[in-house]
Amino acid sequence: MIRTLTLSFAIALGLSGAAAAAEGESKVIDYDFSFEGPFGTYDQFQLQRGLQVFTEICSACHGLKYVAFRTLGAEDGPGLPEEQVRAFAANYEVFDETLFDGEGDFRPAKPTDHFPESSLSNAPDLSLMAKARAGFHGPYGLGINQFIRGMGGAEYTASLLTGYTGNDKEEAGAILYENTAFPGGWIAMPPPLYGDDVVYADGTEATVEQASKDVAAFMMWTAEPKLAARKQAGFAGTLMLTLLAVLLYLTNKRIWAPHKRKVKHPAE
Amino acid sequence: MSHTDDQSGTRRDFLFYATGGAGAVVAGAAVWPLINQMNPSASVQALSSIRVDIDGVEPGTQLTVQWLGKPVFIRRRTQAEIDEANEVDVSTLPDPIARNANIDGTAPADDANRTVAPEGSDSEEWLVMMGVCTHLGCVPLGDGAGDFNGWFCPCHGSHYDTSGRIRRGPAPENLPVPVAAFDGETTIVLG
Amino acid sequence: MAGIPHDHYEPKTGGERWLHKRLPVIGLLYDTIMIPTPKNLNWMWIWGIVLTFTLVLQIVTGIVLVMHYIPSTDAAFASVEHIMRDVNGGFMLRYLHSNGASLFFVAVYLHIFRNLYYGSYKEPREVTWIIGILMYLLMMGTAFMGYVLPWGQMSFWGATVITGLFGAIPFIGEPVQTWLLGGPAVGEYTLTRFFSLHYLMPMILAGLTIVHIWAFHTTGNNNPTGVEVRRTSKEDAQKDTLPFWPYFVIKDLFALAIILAVFFAIVGFMPNYLGHPDNYIEANPLVTPAHIVPEWYFLPFYAILRAFTAEVWVVQAASFITGGIIDAKFFGVLAMFGAIAVMALAPWLDTSSIRSGRYRPMFKWWFALFVVNFFVLMWAGAMPAEEPYATISLIASAYWFAYFLVILPLLGVFEKPLPRPATIEEDYAKHYSSATGGTSTVVNPAE
Repeated sequence: MIRTLTLSFAIALGLSGAAAAAEGESKVIDYDFSFEGPFGTYDQFQLQRGLQVFTEICSACHGLKYVAFRTLGAEDGPGLPEEQVRAFAANYEVFDETLFDGEGDFRPAKPTDHFPESSLSNAPDLSLMAKARAGFHGPYGLGINQFIRGMGGAEYTASLLTGYTGNDKEEAGAILYENTAFPGGWIAMPPPLYGDDVVYADGTEATVEQASKDVAAFMMWTAEPKLAARKQAGFAGTLMLTLLAVLLYLTNKRIWAPHKRKVKHPAE
Repeated sequence: MSHTDDQSGTRRDFLFYATGGAGAVVAGAAVWPLINQMNPSASVQALSSIRVDIDGVEPGTQLTVQWLGKPVFIRRRTQAEIDEANEVDVSTLPDPIARNANIDGTAPADDANRTVAPEGSDSEEWLVMMGVCTHLGCVPLGDGAGDFNGWFCPCHGSHYDTSGRIRRGPAPENLPVPVAAFDGETTIVLG
Repeated sequence: MAGIPHDHYEPKTGGERWLHKRLPVIGLLYDTIMIPTPKNLNWMWIWGIVLTFTLVLQIVTGIVLVMHYIPSTDAAFASVEHIMRDVNGGFMLRYLHSNGASLFFVAVYLHIFRNLYYGSYKEPREVTWIIGILMYLLMMGTAFMGYVLPWGQMSFWGATVITGLFGAIPFIGEPVQTWLLGGPAVGEYTLTRFFSLHYLMPMILAGLTIVHIWAFHTTGNNNPTGVEVRRTSKEDAQKDTLPFWPYFVIKDLFALAIILAVFFAIVGFMPNYLGHPDNYIEANPLVTPAHIVPEWYFLPFYAILRAFTAEVWVVQAASFITGGIIDAKFFGVLAMFGAIAVMALAPWLDTSSIRSGRYRPMFKWWFALFVVNFFVLMWAGAMPAEEPYATISLIASAYWFAYFLVILPLLGVFEKPLPRPATIEEDYAKHYSSATGGTSTVVNPAE
């Protein structure tokens, strides 16, 4: 009874997260990602490819300021070897205020430094973008889609990158590009991918869809780097508590037993 | 409710103990993260090992870097300073132990035991040590300061020689050499 | 102390007697934990323990989060990310805390529904009920301020909108709003005071929890029959009750373990389901999110707030009578707080002499509708402020008030109650005897 109550409650409450996305029918494709499901984890090679796409294309405008270079070496992340992380970081310059006798100066980044901020004022930082967007909504504000398919941040990102129709229009001096995934249908960001924009070292063909999925997976990782540890903790916690619940059920039954048989009352 | 009255006491006890034990395990598992969160975070741990570029350090000059919240002196010594350090009879020193975290804890305070060199080299040029006076934790002045041309602590007047060994004053020990090693010719890894 | 007659603590050893003479703390704990509890309590009587546990969970995870959080507009968002990325197990602590708020409200709503159905608020438990309502209000305040701390877009704009409610108060609204915020708009000064209050209010909540327990330990628990425990003698009382330990402690812990297993699954596998994506965007005073939606637990009251627009005749009438002092905006605020106020007055609005809904054939249906209506309000609160949701909100809001102000008073007059058992013992025997035919149609037996 409690279970059903709690579950139905939880589902009913889904409406919160499902905050109506009534306007602008956005078309989000439910791509498959390795990190979906209760035991899904990141695909290390995909994250490395996504890092490449980000570095060679997205980073021209977008920042990743909450992500430290050192985390690129994380086992449950891209898993780059230490020297590669160091070399990667050194490609960036950071401002260090301790240099030059306290006046500060630029120096090559170290693994402990973070990715730079967005270089373009209207390009949002991408560190948390995969959690800041929901791909799935409803139906009817009930949150059932999100309950079943997940929040869909990565799916939204990939759909956005593949969703350009090729049409554009000028509005108030800015050029807007038609996009099937973007709420409202017209986005200010020009299409970043045209196919074969990067050359993957592992030989994967860099189609628009492939590159989109890779960078979407990478952005999911930047937003939720502890996904594997979180699922592990959730699984261990659920398992332990279920076991405890079984034992408590038996204990409860045992304790109450004398008081449930003592009364021999032919009811009604 | 299928069990019977003649349930043996041991079986009942076992269930109670098992439940209590499982409860204790769950409670323990819940407490550990609360304790562990106070340990140094990943961003702090990442700073426990730093790489120092010593490419531009000329003989007779030194570099002070911050490591684990404390200053570390990295000095490229001149031949004169090395010779001066080697002339000292170790047995006459106030602290005859090397205090070098990279070697045996009882090694004598020979100048060679205090220095760090690139792999395959036995140069005694590079002296790396914590810039914290072993007396009460002040930062000694360097660049040939004090009566022994090494370091001098302004707080209570401890004099260290060109090898960072205590020679006179209240400090009890030589300036300690932290875990340090060369990576290539121009980088020293601390920690 | 008044209450159900039962065995009290007797110090046995010399040490116990020494302490008991000076501070009878063991006696207090003993009497609390061994309190005679109606033995027919069903599974809806577990939410108190769940709530107590959740309060502890929130305080404990909150205290450790504070060790890493920085209450400053420049650093708050980044410090939360630091917790999520770098602090050992920080992501888990943070998700436990944010989802813990949801667990808190799930439990409190079920606790309140149980209360309303079984008439627990009625004489002599009015004080317990009023304290409970105060705790609920404190919970809402705490949750609201806590939601501001991560300094995301929803934090900022939620704070702006909710403090704006106070600005709707005639004459003094604007100064009150400025006083709450500490400035003309939500800013650094607001964040720091919300942080302070978010830390303080749970402590008050903990204190009120003790008073709440004290109050119902004085009156004794209500139970599914609404029939009081016999206090004529210890023997009679013992036929109606069992001590809280171990019978109800173990039962409650079993329920708690199941609830926490579900809770952990949510935290581990879908921690952002109940949150809002916009709160992963740092607060920006220059850009408002497309849809400002409160957390799910505020939605029913948010729907009531929005339901009363200037087109509604009640609002127009109120505006006319007060000479425009009560406008639509202020009416909405009054309705929202009034919704909780009428609930607080339930002990005096409910005229029925029968406590438990189990023996009230008409009440059952109105109550079921009340619960459904609550979910409708919640749903309507999440939808955009347009038709048909506005009308649905209005009808549902009207039912909320009608339930307390019309239905409860009238039912007591018109309803013909079903026969009740004379004692708890009789009810218990009926439901829990091993003989056949003793099954319940109302609630599941306690197993």
